[in-house]
Amino acid sequence: MIKVKNISKSFNDQLRLDDVSVSFEPGITNLIIGRSGSGKTVLLKAIIGLLNIDSGEIWYDDIMFSGLNFESKKAIRKEIGMLFQGSALFDYMTVKDNVMFPLNMFTSLSKKEKLHRMNKCLDRVNIQDTDNLYPAELSGGMRKRVGIARAIALNPKYLFCDEPNSGLDPQTAILIDNLIKEITAEFNMTTIVNTHDMNSVMEIGEKVIFISEGKKQWEGTNRDILKSECTQLNDFVFASNLTKKLRP
Amino acid sequence: MNLLKSIGQYFILLGKVFSLPEKRDVYFKQTINEFILLGINSIGIVAIISLFMGAVITLQTAYNTENPLYPAYLIGLGCRDSIILEFSSTMIALILAGKVGSSIASQIGTMRVTEQIDALEMMGVNTASYLVLPKLIATILFNPLLTLLSIILGIAGGWIAGTATGVITSSNFIYGIQYAFIPYYVFYSLIKTVVFAFIITTVSAYQGYFVDGGSLEVGKASTKAVVFSCVLILLFNVILTQLMLS
Ligand SMILES: Nc1ncnc2c1ncn2[C@@H]1O[C@H](COP(=O)(O)OP(=O)(O)O)[C@@H](O)[C@H]1O
Ligand SMILES: [Mg+2]
Repeated sequence: MIKVKNISKSFNDQLRLDDVSVSFEPGITNLIIGRSGSGKTVLLKAIIGLLNIDSGEIWYDDIMFSGLNFESKKAIRKEIGMLFQGSALFDYMTVKDNVMFPLNMFTSLSKKEKLHRMNKCLDRVNIQDTDNLYPAELSGGMRKRVGIARAIALNPKYLFCDEPNSGLDPQTAILIDNLIKEITAEFNMTTIVNTHDMNSVMEIGEKVIFISEGKKQWEGTNRDILKSECTQLNDFVFASNLTKKLRP
Repeated sequence: MNLLKSIGQYFILLGKVFSLPEKRDVYFKQTINEFILLGINSIGIVAIISLFMGAVITLQTAYNTENPLYPAYLIGLGCRDSIILEFSSTMIALILAGKVGSSIASQIGTMRVTEQIDALEMMGVNTASYLVLPKLIATILFNPLLTLLSIILGIAGGWIAGTATGVITSSNFIYGIQYAFIPYYVFYSLIKTVVFAFIITTVSAYQGYFVDGGSLEVGKASTKAVVFSCVLILLFNVILTQLMLS
């Protein structure tokens, strides 16, 4: 469970997160949705501590993360896996070494145990026979899968995904979305996914928060999103002609 | 104001670089990789440039000293001293600033803009140390070897050009390069090389580490890395020469 209480963040005197409060439950996929530039990535990076917040509190279960120093944050970060927007695979390492990296860096497992764990993670995301390829040699969808495999290598309690299906075709996007949902349920992780994709919202939006210009405007599930009264959310949801037809 | 801020940022980065590594074996492997990437891969260019520059320095010295009163072996001596004192340390450092500096800045810069540094940071890795320390160790240990190689090949190039064109006999040249040899000059040259290696690696890493934007900015950072490294090398060349040879 992750709780965010009244956090704000500005860059160069411009408020990019405005008094956001929300809680994210374990075992379900929590979605942060909003238009490009609405502050989704800033919110995600603030929660992980890659950006320092100006005010507010961030709680990981019963630990107040935002009050910790760099060293103590490290202990919590080892429980966090993150899939970055562009996958952020280490491009000078093979697929295998990318997944091995957190294991080499943060565990004292034997070589055999590490290999076993790596293979398990790659199997889990349905990656086979690409162990010795470099990220540049993979398709976008495969890169995301390897990114997920690396993110879950240390068996994290928390999983963050920034636009996991940006740049993917709709079919691959749904596969990645569902993979994230399955893994979340399987390991009872607290998962937060940033997206602007309505397909994802309908497919895996077990809990959805909508932000606009750094402010939380709406919170609910994919079942009630089509019936919301929030005009900004409706503008977002019913932006395309296709979704307009779904309007109740 | 901006300059002061950059200098401050540079020293804060350096402070983080010199903190204790979390995992020795990971750092060790990384350092070996950098030896290959930044060191071994520079042997070719250093060898070619040294051979040819040694040849040209010898011919230039010979053509400018065509005088019966001037003993021929001084050509060998002149060639040796210019190569040891300036060419193999300063000139090679400027060339390495172009090759190694731009590669460090663009590698780290690309990692920054593609969020690879964020990914490391998020895992709890000290990115400054993980990315820069292995490169620094590799260049500081390997560049002196490149300088020695350059001295040897430069003098060899001089000998080849001098004897092949007949401006100096082999025995005169060999007598010249041994005449009044001051071993301290080699030490001076190696000390300069170490300082220059430090400049090239840290300045270029700094430029890459703080890239903000996209691939265009990575390109700019890599150009800046080369320019700033070169200027600092020239500046420290003067300072070190004054300190060590006066
Ligand atoms: N490091 C930063 N410095 C200054 N402005 C930033 C920074 N990061 C994000 N912003 C600004 O914050 C706003 C929200 O960005 P972001 O969270 O990336 O949007 P998105 O919802 O598309 O992920 C944008 O206007 C962006 O320009
Ligand atoms: Mg974003």
